[in-house]
Amino acid sequence: MGMAVAAPDLEPVPPFSPSPPYRAWLRANILPYALISPSVLVIAGILAFPLGMLVWLSLQHYGLRELIHHAGDWVGLDNYRAILVDPLFHQVIVRSLLFTFACVALTVVLSTLIALLLLKVRSAVRILVMSSLVFVWATPVIVSVDIWQWMFDYEFGVINYLLTQLHLGNFIHHNWFDNPVQGLGVLVVVVVWGAIPFVTITVFAGLLQVPNDVIDAAKVDGASAWHTFWYVTAPLLKPIFLIVTCLSTIWDFGVFNQIYVMLNQRPSSDYFTIAIYSYRESFGVTQYGLGAAIAVLMVLVLVFVTFFYVRETVKVAEIA
Amino acid sequence: MIAPGTAQGIRSGRARAATEVNLQVHVRQRVTQVLYDAIGVGVAVVMLFPIYWMVATSFKPGRDILTLVPKWFPAPFTLQNFQDAIARPFFLDDVKNSLLVVGVMLALALAISFLAAVATARFGFKGRTAFLVMIIGVQMVPLNALIIPLYLMLDSVGQTDALPGVIAVYLAVVLPFMVWTLRGFVANIPAELEESAMIDGCTRVGAFLRITFPLVGPGLVATAIFGFIQAWNEYIVAYVLLSSPGNQTLTVWLASFTTNHGPEWGPLMAAATLTGLPVVAFFLILQRYLAGGLTAGAVKG
Repeated sequence: MGMAVAAPDLEPVPPFSPSPPYRAWLRANILPYALISPSVLVIAGILAFPLGMLVWLSLQHYGLRELIHHAGDWVGLDNYRAILVDPLFHQVIVRSLLFTFACVALTVVLSTLIALLLLKVRSAVRILVMSSLVFVWATPVIVSVDIWQWMFDYEFGVINYLLTQLHLGNFIHHNWFDNPVQGLGVLVVVVVWGAIPFVTITVFAGLLQVPNDVIDAAKVDGASAWHTFWYVTAPLLKPIFLIVTCLSTIWDFGVFNQIYVMLNQRPSSDYFTIAIYSYRESFGVTQYGLGAAIAVLMVLVLVFVTFFYVRETVKVAEIA
Repeated sequence: MIAPGTAQGIRSGRARAATEVNLQVHVRQRVTQVLYDAIGVGVAVVMLFPIYWMVATSFKPGRDILTLVPKWFPAPFTLQNFQDAIARPFFLDDVKNSLLVVGVMLALALAISFLAAVATARFGFKGRTAFLVMIIGVQMVPLNALIIPLYLMLDSVGQTDALPGVIAVYLAVVLPFMVWTLRGFVANIPAELEESAMIDGCTRVGAFLRITFPLVGPGLVATAIFGFIQAWNEYIVAYVLLSSPGNQTLTVWLASFTTNHGPEWGPLMAAATLTGLPVVAFFLILQRYLAGGLTAGAVKG
């Protein structure tokens, strides 16, 4: 959702007031609340309230009949029980976690390598790479999915042609989506391609702020390039690695658009990640209660990840 | 001629060896530099190729698209795919819907987020910290998880398959980031500027309108572009809420293209190019604000 999250600097701003005390009181006590109230109303009404409603729904039986009557049947934790014993859910969870891990690991490693490379290349090449990253970053997800769908087309796709030409095997008329492992591999490529620009540019900006004398000192002491990176640069960039890993995890664990559109809005259950499973349960088979319970579990996993991130960030801040 | 073995000879021999070593180091540096540059160019090519392939395909006539050996350049060149894409049912309706949704949403979002930005940047008040924490916290909630309650909520007030519902959801989605970013822009304008205007006889509101508002202009532009991109690209909310084809937005239209028309790659790539174009244009304007703002926050931790 958000593009960036940063810690707030929370020291209060002293109000200044060269006007009479009553108006100053009014300004300090009414005006700021009046100014933030529209934001609070919108965020509370359209994000916070639905989040509460999601939890409430997950405790109800809420199908088509209940949708028409706008009232669910209270069933307690039945939805959760049903999901947790469902073998399909176990597959979905394992698949989502593996998919997320593959995407996040590849994104962070490749982006870091590109960011380090950007420090070494001459400036013309750096501008070229940066521009290419900005173009990819700007490409809407749905547009990028359509592009990759065309490139991986089994009959006329350019990827099959190139792989065959490179003698990596016979890929003529190879349908990547027949085999879900290969299909999910393709989807990892699509997600990572789209995620690299943000992470690379963020890590690169961080690398530029690492003081040169620290790197030089390590070199004088005889550290190899790898040791310099691992023991000097990486620890200094820990806050940046934390934030990009955390955001990537949130985005990739909730992945929906890429898979759903790539498979022509009819993904088979071999391609279900947790967001698609939740969507299918609610809007496919109109079990909104079940779908809500799955969504709650998804949020819980992400809260766990976010909590870990916040805790580590606080730790880093305390050390610094 | 210097006899080998003499002190002078040894010295000159060392000097020669040193130049050779220097030369070797120099050559090696040149080779690694060329190697790095080559890898860099390779990265750019790999990243850009999909976008190139979209644009190239969109300009090719149909018989050049469906070839077993790909044609790398769009020659002969045609605009037929763009004409086809525009002539498809609901394309223009959905462009209009997208513009309407994004336009109305942005006008509301800018006004609301600016007020909150001023409140948090210019006033100390009870609950300010809580408000900022909420602004950051809600950005962590995945929108996918909220689709079901949002759908049921809007369904109960009859706002599914209608643009106001989508506008409201997008507003809530972009608002936290916009408040946060604008707050930074407002905070960077020293309050002393307003104070001196007030000493010179401006009212507080006048000082604000004449001093702060113009200075915060670039911030408003940057956040507006950000909101535009977010809303223009959004898919799942629009897909779930808007069911009839004439009411949908451009991304929904684009995503259903292959499902509804079969893979007609030429018009699809032309439509994708058209959809991406405004975003790329705005992104190029935005990126100098974006990269700086993002990393400033990230480094601070």
